[in-house]
Amino acid sequence: MLRGLWKLTWLELKIFAREPLGLIGTLLIPPLSVVVLGRIFGRIPSASPRLSSFVTVDLPVFAAVFTALNAVQSLVTIVSIYREGGILKRLRATPLRPQTILSAQVLVKLILTAATLALTVLAGRNVLRISIDLHLISFAAALLFSTLSILSIGFLLASLVPTARFAQPVASLVLYPMLFLSGLFFPVDGLPAGLQIVARVIPLRYAVSLLKGIWVGEAWLAHAGDVAALVTVAVVFAGLSARVFRWE
Amino acid sequence: MSAVVSVAGIRKTYGSTVAVDDVSFEVVEGEIFGLIGPNGAGKTTTMECVEGLRRPDRGAISVLDLDPIRDVYALQQRVGVQLQEAQFQKRIKVWEAVDLWGALYRTPADGARLLDQLGLADKRDAWFMTLSGGQKQRLFIALALINNPDVVFLDELTTGLDPQARRAIWDLVRGIKDRGKTVFMTTHLMEEAERLCDRVAIIDRGRIVDIDTPAALVARHCPERTVLLTTADAGAEERFRATRAVDNVIRAETRFTIRGHGDDFVTEVIRCLSDHRIHVADFRTETPTLEDVFLKVTGHSIRD
Repeated sequence: MLRGLWKLTWLELKIFAREPLGLIGTLLIPPLSVVVLGRIFGRIPSASPRLSSFVTVDLPVFAAVFTALNAVQSLVTIVSIYREGGILKRLRATPLRPQTILSAQVLVKLILTAATLALTVLAGRNVLRISIDLHLISFAAALLFSTLSILSIGFLLASLVPTARFAQPVASLVLYPMLFLSGLFFPVDGLPAGLQIVARVIPLRYAVSLLKGIWVGEAWLAHAGDVAALVTVAVVFAGLSARVFRWE
Repeated sequence: MSAVVSVAGIRKTYGSTVAVDDVSFEVVEGEIFGLIGPNGAGKTTTMECVEGLRRPDRGAISVLDLDPIRDVYALQQRVGVQLQEAQFQKRIKVWEAVDLWGALYRTPADGARLLDQLGLADKRDAWFMTLSGGQKQRLFIALALINNPDVVFLDELTTGLDPQARRAIWDLVRGIKDRGKTVFMTTHLMEEAERLCDRVAIIDRGRIVDIDTPAALVARHCPERTVLLTTADAGAEERFRATRAVDNVIRAETRFTIRGHGDDFVTEVIRCLSDHRIHVADFRTETPTLEDVFLKVTGHSIRD
């Protein structure tokens, strides 16, 4: 059913592009925030090492993580709208396999994530003149891998939200607080013991750690633990979703 | 005539609610078969079991000699499905939906011709969200026919449409039958069933109450006929009462409501008028409809 998968993915991409607000929000917010924040913090004279590492490391990683979370939130919203409108059920009553229908949605999110990353890199390179060397392919792979892993949480959320109206707020409430405990803004080691334990089970933490490492040029092997954690997240949440996923 | 759909003793429960209980019927090749009943009677559940979208708790179903659950992918190639209250992506174009659907089947029909036949040719580039209710349903019919199916399932096809759009859809359904396909449909509109269906099964509270042609159901359950006429003839009432096959006569000034039964009833009334040279200003007969049959066999109106 590869032909169906490709057709459906391409169709979903086209449909997504027809909603200007969603398209602009998805593709432009990460590059714009990199440019704006980079300008603000990069201009401070004699920037401290901490600040300059913010612009050259934390900011790109933040933009990447934000892109991933945006993809997940968008997936939750679309799946719940499709369920509520009977679109999932209608697709299911065709020769399309269930996994094909859902894979198309995942592919769309990964393609949009890759496109957003490309735009962000272009913006950073041309506007901020951040030097980006050869880790880019590796970084893109890390981002897509992390996104894929976190999308599995999206399917669980999409199964649990009662109606499409709740999809966006519920997804935001679950996803964005994870950012604060992900080690992106402050090191996990500095947190109170209780929060440290929470931070350890937050999937996003492993994505941040992997992305940061790859960004600064560390080897994938050095992050085998993060990769293993993200694979575990994907397997566990995909398994849970498969049990509770509702088509209607 | 062989059975295209055969349902034997299926039962389906949702939690403690019994949606469908001991439902059995057969749909014969080339006919339009209607499952009729009020909302919540179990029509959609039954149909979705037949389509392989739901698994009955008990009972057996075969469609084109295939098992809807086990052989679902083989079956999907040969059946066309229109689901109740289905939607599409708001911004999908008409031709894109037809194109996608066509790509999913082994023997697709010509999509452009289908759109043409269903009066959607000038809408091929329109977004789904901009279509009217009738146009949306015509698109769903086009998609149900895209694989040249042997059987077409239509679930509450005209719900929410205005009378004009409804009539247009009825013509299309007759057209499906004329192409030699079998149609299995559900409706809560008795008029729709009466006009379209060769045979109907009445379902109420999850159970089949009776199955037959609309005319036979009416003859069996509501054999009484009514003649309404207006006459100023003073002796008419006595003559009517003395007429064979007449059960009762109600008079309001010059207006008469004469009830009777049997095939000869109307003829007998006309003969009475003629024999006694009774001058009538107005004459009409009333035949019970499926709606009356439903009331009779279930004890409640279909609109309740």
